[in-house]
Amino acid sequence: MTIATDLGTSIELTDERKPRSRLAATVRFARRNPLGAAGAAVIIVMVVVAAFADFIAPYNPVANAFDRMHEPPSLENWLGTDQYGRDVFSRIVYGSRTALLVGFASSFVGATLGLVLGVASAYFGGKIDLIFQRILDVFMAFPLIILALSVIAIFGTGAENVIIAITIPFIPRCARVVRSSALAIRELPYIDAARANGFSHARIILRHMVPNVMAPFLIMITAFVGQAILLEASLSYLGLGVQEPTPAWGLMLQGGAEEYAESAPWIAIFPGIAISLAVFGFSLFGDALRDELDPRLRSQ
Amino acid sequence: MKLSRYLRPVSIAAVTAAVAIGFSGPPVQAAPKQGGTLNFVVPDEPPSWDGHRETTFALIHPFAPFYSLLIKVNPENPSSPTDFVCDLCTGMPTPADGGKTYTFEIKQGVKFHDGTPLTAHDIVASFNKIIFPPEGTTSARIAYFVMVESVSAPDDHTVVFKLKYPSGAFIPALATPFNFIYSKAKLDQDIRWYEKNVMGSGPFKFAGREAGAYVRGERNKDFHVAGQPYLDGFEAIFSNKQAVQVQAIRGDRAAIQFRGFPPKSTEDLVNALGKDITVQESDWNCVLLFTPNHKKKPFDDVRVRRALTLAVDRWGGSQNLSRIAIVKAVGGVAFPGHPLAATKTELEQLPGYWPDINKSRAEAKRLLQEAGVPGLKFELSNRAVDQPYTIVGTWLIDQWRQIGVTVEQKMEPTGPFYARLRSADFDVTVDFNCQSVINPLLDIGKFLSEDIGNESYGAYVDRDLDKMFEAMNRTSDEAEQRKLMRQFEKRVLDEQGHSFVTLWWNRIIPHRSYVKGWKISPSHYLNQDLANVWLDK
Repeated sequence: MTIATDLGTSIELTDERKPRSRLAATVRFARRNPLGAAGAAVIIVMVVVAAFADFIAPYNPVANAFDRMHEPPSLENWLGTDQYGRDVFSRIVYGSRTALLVGFASSFVGATLGLVLGVASAYFGGKIDLIFQRILDVFMAFPLIILALSVIAIFGTGAENVIIAITIPFIPRCARVVRSSALAIRELPYIDAARANGFSHARIILRHMVPNVMAPFLIMITAFVGQAILLEASLSYLGLGVQEPTPAWGLMLQGGAEEYAESAPWIAIFPGIAISLAVFGFSLFGDALRDELDPRLRSQ
Repeated sequence: MKLSRYLRPVSIAAVTAAVAIGFSGPPVQAAPKQGGTLNFVVPDEPPSWDGHRETTFALIHPFAPFYSLLIKVNPENPSSPTDFVCDLCTGMPTPADGGKTYTFEIKQGVKFHDGTPLTAHDIVASFNKIIFPPEGTTSARIAYFVMVESVSAPDDHTVVFKLKYPSGAFIPALATPFNFIYSKAKLDQDIRWYEKNVMGSGPFKFAGREAGAYVRGERNKDFHVAGQPYLDGFEAIFSNKQAVQVQAIRGDRAAIQFRGFPPKSTEDLVNALGKDITVQESDWNCVLLFTPNHKKKPFDDVRVRRALTLAVDRWGGSQNLSRIAIVKAVGGVAFPGHPLAATKTELEQLPGYWPDINKSRAEAKRLLQEAGVPGLKFELSNRAVDQPYTIVGTWLIDQWRQIGVTVEQKMEPTGPFYARLRSADFDVTVDFNCQSVINPLLDIGKFLSEDIGNESYGAYVDRDLDKMFEAMNRTSDEAEQRKLMRQFEKRVLDEQGHSFVTLWWNRIIPHRSYVKGWKISPSHYLNQDLANVWLDK
C-alpha cells in the first residue's frame, strides 16, 4: 500500500504499518490479554442474555408460584425457586437487564459529563480550574456509596433515581482523571493554533481536545460499569434501589435470601455469583483495555 | 357491659388455639428478680415521639415504658378485651348518670420524671389533646372518643368524663396504650413538644437515643407502683431487616422482638436454641389493607376500585402467605372470630372473597374494560418493613398482574411513608388497621371519612358510612349492631370500595426463655410498658 505526501512523493507502507483487520486485532488483543478476553466474554454473554431474556428465561420472573416455594435446583428450576416460588434462574436472566441498564447508563452519562467538565476545567485553567477542582474535592471526599445514599435520600428509590444516584459520584472521578490528560494537551501547539484561528472555546474543547483524551475516558467507562453494577446491587440490597418484584441481583440477595440462608441457600448464592462474575468481567476487561490503550504499558 | 359477652369467647378461643398449636404458653411465674437490662429489637423507627399522633408499634415499643396511662389492660391477662386495671387512677369507676358520667380518682404523689407532681389537670390536658386536638396538631384517635362530650378536673385528684350517650366502647378506648399522660406545663409551653421530646411518669426514664440505632431507658426509682419496675433499664435496638432481628436473638444480642416473626423464623430459632427459646402465640387485631386514593384518576371510579379487590385471591393467599409472613386469617372489617365479624358465608358474598377466583378476575377485567382502563398502570406505595408489608405488597402486585394491571412498588421508610399517607400523595397504598383492645365497634373507625377518622387515608368523605358508625356505637342491641356492621362492611368493601382488607395477622413471639413477666396479647401495642418484666438470669 502507498500513500501520497504533500511533497509529491509516495511512501510504501511495510506490513507492520498496515492497518490490521478487526478480527486480527481482536485475536491479537486476546493473545496479549487472555484475562481481558475472558472479561470480554463475560460481558458479551451478559449482553446476549439481557437482550434475549424473553427467549432464555423459562418462567415469568415476577409470577408467584406458591406450589413451588423454596424448591432446590432441579431440572424444572435449574437454580431453584425463592420464597414466592419464582424461578431463580429466570430472575437472574432478567436481572442482567437491570444491571446493564443501570451500569451502562450511569457510567456513560457520568463519564461523559466528567469528560466535558474535566477538559473544560483544564482548558480554561486559572481561577475557573481552581474553583472547579475544589468542588470536585468536596464530592470526592465522600465514598461512592455514601454519596449515592445521599442522592437516594433526596430523590427517592426506583431505577431512574438509582441511575442518577450512581451517575453523580462518577462525574468528579472521571473529570479529575481526564483533566490531568487534558492539561498536557492544552499546551500543544495545535491548541494555540486553534485559538489563533479564533475558534470558539466550545469548538476547541469538543472538537480538538476531547478526542485526544478518549483513551482514559474509555478506560474509565469500563471501570465504572463494574462499579455501577456493584453499587446498584448494594443499594438494592439495602432496599434503596429497585423494588420488588423487579428482578435485580442485589434485590435478590435481601429479604428471603437472608431469611432462608440456611434452609434455601440457592436463593442467595446464585445472584451473588452473577454479581461477582459481572463485576469481575468488567474489571478484567477494563484493565486489559487500559494496558492496550496506554502506549507505555503496551510497549512493555 | 354488652361487649364482654361478645369478647370473652374470642379470648378463650385465642388462648385455646395457642395451646393447641403446640407452642409452650407463657411460663409459670416465679418470684421476680430485680436488675438487668432488657435488650429488644424494634423493626422500625417512629415518625415522631408523640403517642397521641402516631399509630405504630415503632413508637409504642421503645417509648411506652416512659409513660403512664389512666387505665390499661391487665398485664397479667392482656388477651382479655374486658379486663382493665388502673394505672394512674385508684379504682375503676362505676358509671353514673345513666352511663354518661365516669369519675376517676387519681393517685396522689405521682411525679413526672422531672420531679413535678402529676395531677388531674395533666390528665385532662392529655385527653383534651387526644379528643379535641387544637388546630395544628394531629390526633389519630378522635374517632375512638366520638361519644365524649367533655373532660374536666374539678380538683387536683379527680377527672370527670361526660359522654353524649352511654357507650360500651368508652372504657376500651380509654385503655388504648397510645393515650400517654403528658405534662400540662409542657403542652402549654408547646402543644407539639412531645413530638421530639420525652417526659413522662412511666416505669423508665429516657436515657438516650441514637437515630437509626437505639433508644435507652433507665429505671425510674420514683415509679408510682411500689417495687416496679424490676429491670435496671432497657435498650430498644432498631433493625428493620428480619434476618438481622432473628440473628440478634439467636446470638443473644437481643432477648425478644415484641412484634412477631413468621413460622419459619420461629422454627429456625427453636431448632437452634431449644429450651433457651420460649414461644408465645396469639391471634392479632391487625390487618393489612390496600387503599386507593379517591382523588386520583382513575381511582375516583368505583368500578376501578372494585376491580382491584376482585383480583385478589384471599383464600389462596391465606394458605400460602401464612408460611412466609405473619398473616393468616381471611376476614372483613371486624376482627375474625368476633361475634360482630362476618361469617365465611357472609364474606363469600363480597367482591374479592368469592370462592371462584377465575370468575372474580373475569369480572375485574370486565370492570376495567368498562371503566376504560384495561391496561391500568399505577404505583403502589408501601412501607419498607419486611413483615408483612413487603411480602403482602409483592403478592398483591402478582394478583393484579393476573388481570392485566401493571404495578410498580414504591417502598419507603416509616417517616416518609406516613408523610405520603397523610398528604394523600399516592395512587394506591398498602394501609393497615392495627388496634389494641379488640373492639370492632371502634376499630372500624379507621374507615370513616377523612375529616373524622384521622387514620383514614383514602381521601374520601362518606356521611352515610359515618352515620352507620355512630348508630352502631349508640345502640346496645347486639343484633342491631351486627346488622349495621354488615351494612358498614358492604359499603366499605363493595358498594363504595373505599379500602380493602387483605389478610389478618397472626402473632408469634419467640423470645429468650430468661425473659419473664411479659405475656402476649392480640395486639403488639398492648402490655408494653415493661413494668412487670424481669430477667431470670
